[in-house]
Amino acid sequence: MSLATTQSIAEIRARNKELIEEVLKVYPEKTAKRRAKHLNVHQAGKSDCGVKSNIKSIPGVMTIRGCAYAGSKGVVWGPIKDMVHISHGPVGCGQYSWGSRRNYYVGTTGIDSFVTLQFTSDFQEKDIVFGGDKKLIKILDEIQELFPLNNGITIQSECPIGLIGDDIEAVSRAKSKEYGGKTIVPVRCEGFRGVSQSLGHHIANDAVRDWIFDQLESDAEPKFEPTPYDVAIIGDYNIGGDAWSSRILLEEMGLRVIAQWSGDGSLAELEATPKAKLNILHCYRSMNYISRHMEEKFGIPWCEYNFFGPSKIAESLRKIAGYFDDKIKEGAERVIEKYQPLVNAVIAKYRPRLQGKTVMLYVGGLRPRHVIGAYEDLGMEVIGTGYEFGHNDDYQRTAQHYVKDSTLIYDDVNGYEFERFVEKLQPDLVGSGIKEKYVFQKMGVPFRQMHSWDYSGPYHGYDGFAIFARDMDMAVNSPVWKKTKAPWKEASGPKLLAAE
Amino acid sequence: MAQSAEHVLDHLELFRGPEYQQMLAKKKVFENPRDHAEVERIKEWTKTAEYREKNFAREALAVNPAKACQPLGAVFASVGFEGTLPFVHGSQGCVAYYRSHLSRHFKEPSSCVSSSMTEDAAVFGGLNNMIDGLANSYNMYKPKMIAVSTTCMAEVIGDDLNAFIKTSKEKGSVPADFDVPFAHTPAFVGSHVTGYDNALKGILEHFWDGKAGTAPKLERKQNGAINIIGGFDGYTVGNLREIKRILALMGIQHTILADNSEVFDTPTDGEFRMYDGGTTLEDAANAVHSKATISMQQWCTEKTLPFVAEHGQDVVSFNYPVGLSATDDFIVALSGISGKEIPEQLARERGRLVDAIADSSAHIHGKKFAIYGDPDLCYGLAAFLLELGAEPTHVLSTNGNKAWHEKMQVLLASSPFGQGCQAYPGRDLWHMRSLLFTEPVDFLIGNTYGKYLERDTGTPLIRIGFPIFDRHHHHRSPLWGYQGGLNVLVKILDKIFDEIDKKTNVLGKTDYSFDIIR
Repeated sequence: MSLATTQSIAEIRARNKELIEEVLKVYPEKTAKRRAKHLNVHQAGKSDCGVKSNIKSIPGVMTIRGCAYAGSKGVVWGPIKDMVHISHGPVGCGQYSWGSRRNYYVGTTGIDSFVTLQFTSDFQEKDIVFGGDKKLIKILDEIQELFPLNNGITIQSECPIGLIGDDIEAVSRAKSKEYGGKTIVPVRCEGFRGVSQSLGHHIANDAVRDWIFDQLESDAEPKFEPTPYDVAIIGDYNIGGDAWSSRILLEEMGLRVIAQWSGDGSLAELEATPKAKLNILHCYRSMNYISRHMEEKFGIPWCEYNFFGPSKIAESLRKIAGYFDDKIKEGAERVIEKYQPLVNAVIAKYRPRLQGKTVMLYVGGLRPRHVIGAYEDLGMEVIGTGYEFGHNDDYQRTAQHYVKDSTLIYDDVNGYEFERFVEKLQPDLVGSGIKEKYVFQKMGVPFRQMHSWDYSGPYHGYDGFAIFARDMDMAVNSPVWKKTKAPWKEASGPKLLAAE
Repeated sequence: MAQSAEHVLDHLELFRGPEYQQMLAKKKVFENPRDHAEVERIKEWTKTAEYREKNFAREALAVNPAKACQPLGAVFASVGFEGTLPFVHGSQGCVAYYRSHLSRHFKEPSSCVSSSMTEDAAVFGGLNNMIDGLANSYNMYKPKMIAVSTTCMAEVIGDDLNAFIKTSKEKGSVPADFDVPFAHTPAFVGSHVTGYDNALKGILEHFWDGKAGTAPKLERKQNGAINIIGGFDGYTVGNLREIKRILALMGIQHTILADNSEVFDTPTDGEFRMYDGGTTLEDAANAVHSKATISMQQWCTEKTLPFVAEHGQDVVSFNYPVGLSATDDFIVALSGISGKEIPEQLARERGRLVDAIADSSAHIHGKKFAIYGDPDLCYGLAAFLLELGAEPTHVLSTNGNKAWHEKMQVLLASSPFGQGCQAYPGRDLWHMRSLLFTEPVDFLIGNTYGKYLERDTGTPLIRIGFPIFDRHHHHRSPLWGYQGGLNVLVKILDKIFDEIDKKTNVLGKTDYSFDIIR
């Protein structure tokens, strides 16, 4: 079906280069020059993908990116379930990010867990003019009174906070003291900081370091007896239960998971993590900072892993086991063997339906590379990918371990470019976000949301792979895509049309 | 292992099995969990009158507010004009949020650009972002108009849209005669309905009052047409189409201002339409000549309607007219203003709604409802419930103001079914939670977030409002007109019957009442 499969690598490269040139023509000169650095065709053997990244988005182009607040409240902090996270500023930011990220957790919501509540200081004009610190003090008191079982509070700054000169750090310190050392974390994740969600991740990581780790009493009694097999899951947000379908494998191989960061996580788990023997890191982009910090400060090694698709899962289980003794290494083999029949059955069922189908991805900071193996396990081919907020180290990992020669690479792609690329490359599936979903479905292209798993999941682990395979099949092979043209209208021109 | 290729289990079932349940139980140890009895005690405490009192004494904290911020409404209004690209000046994350929010509700694309201001713009102002942004948007997306609004960042640093747009035109970002209306839409004032109002007024002002000093003001020459303003409305697709049908039936010449009923309901036929339908720019300009303007939502047009009136038009406003009397008033007003007769077909449609109410009112009569939502929607639904003989016991609007409160209380006082009912302006869904515990009702009407209240309090939720994320396609059916009234009636009845069935379906215990005819 795809044009790509019938062409040589050289032809594909030439076509992709030409496509980039064509897309750049729409821009004013200055913009074309800037955007040219973010678009490229991957060349095998190169150490990165040949694109610039983590640079300011260009005004007016319809970037898909979000902001630092989204990176901190929406990604890193929001899922910590037993803490109250205040969206500090006007009402919108908290409203739009309320419950939409599917960070699953177990708890009594509103009593001892707060993930799907929207706490906001709902700034009014007077708060902008006179400052919001007094209001914040009152808010902290009201939270203490009405939500007495909260284990801590974070203050997630929205744009105005940093512009009006509020001192949320001073408020946090004073109130923490007043409440007998309660954990209160001010986070400077104002949306105008940085170029995307990415700086918000970093700021959130630093806030854990400064306001949680640095407050720990080093001689405090551990709350549990340590074992040589204690690990922490870092950078799994438990979207649709991802961290759970990962944790179960780690425990089956004999490890003990003492903390989840941050999906279904708790303050106690954050505090316990310095006791881990190994930090295993799924989303490198959003939590490498704290992993590096723990390595430097507590001597805890960390290792990246990938639980999408059986090839990468097996590779990752062995890699993780490599940090431990034979008992764990045998455990890893046992787990791989146990799930092999499931893997075989899933591949036997779905691969014939998906073999040779082409995919274009555009996701955040991890999945543009991490899910490629899972598609390949199903016989599918990723012909284009890019990051919303990846850095060069992400593109290096992508180039060295994931993408094939001549894959189209697009960093911080915008609506216009992405539509044109899809229109020309005619993939069988696009995997991206909610803002892209309906654009491509209108064009008649099967689509799966790869942030929220399109309200499905989990996709991590062996259990998740079965769901992933089912979902990709139901997208690609839905009968509806054969019905987009009225029978009395002749099909002509390119199959998929972007907006003029 | 519960998972299999034959019967794939996803999150709905996967984690219920013993393997995952054991795993989660073991995880608890590391969570430093609160004592179970203590959690139960606090849970029960939150249901008490004592907690309600503390909850209502809150002065600073908002928990689960039922409102969004101004620019969302500005974007919603802007896309209602032909070929119009909304451009929000400020931080870019906001635009990602508006687009996601609208897409999740309508299950449609939502196109909008940002000027992507960052730290340097916070210090030096966002003029360069505006200059570059307008040029890029104009070249890439070929709009007929770019409607500019602001995020709170641009408002806090005080960027001047009028001057910035002027400068951008001088620098050649867009042609001098290209339409770039604007509105300041600070997120810390009002809500999304305020943003709708500001953006619409900004666009009308642009066309009617001389395009920011670049063209002569239009001279009004009154014709017989009527302008209709829908307001911020999750049902805009169904509602505006229904209004157009009614106007066509009556033969009334009209202009729907901010008509986004097409752009939020484009077909899947192989082509992505970034722009579709919408009020033409010519019609937007010529709307100044209309005889009158009708606003379907008073609190979405608090500034726009007086602006229209100042230009010499008659203005009439409604409060999300739903049901019999409100639709009667609307139709009579249309006829009165236009001088057109009300066709027999509308009388028949009215009769069908009366017929349906008569058939079913026994099941609704005397039932207590809690309603929350935007101020006009709350008013319209409460008025309909009163005429159905139901009691709108709690009516809560986070973005309702003092005037709304007064008007609501007058409405409630006007009906025997409104006695003891109360309107709550400025309150949020955590307040509503207390109300549902201390003064329970039979049904709750609200948006998707009401499902949390349904879970906590057991009050069955009827989904009417914005946003609705977890049910599909309801925005395509109207709530306005007699047909719309029928749709609302059916929504309410379906839930009532489902609840009766749920309460009577225990085999051998309660199923004597499990009637097949109701």
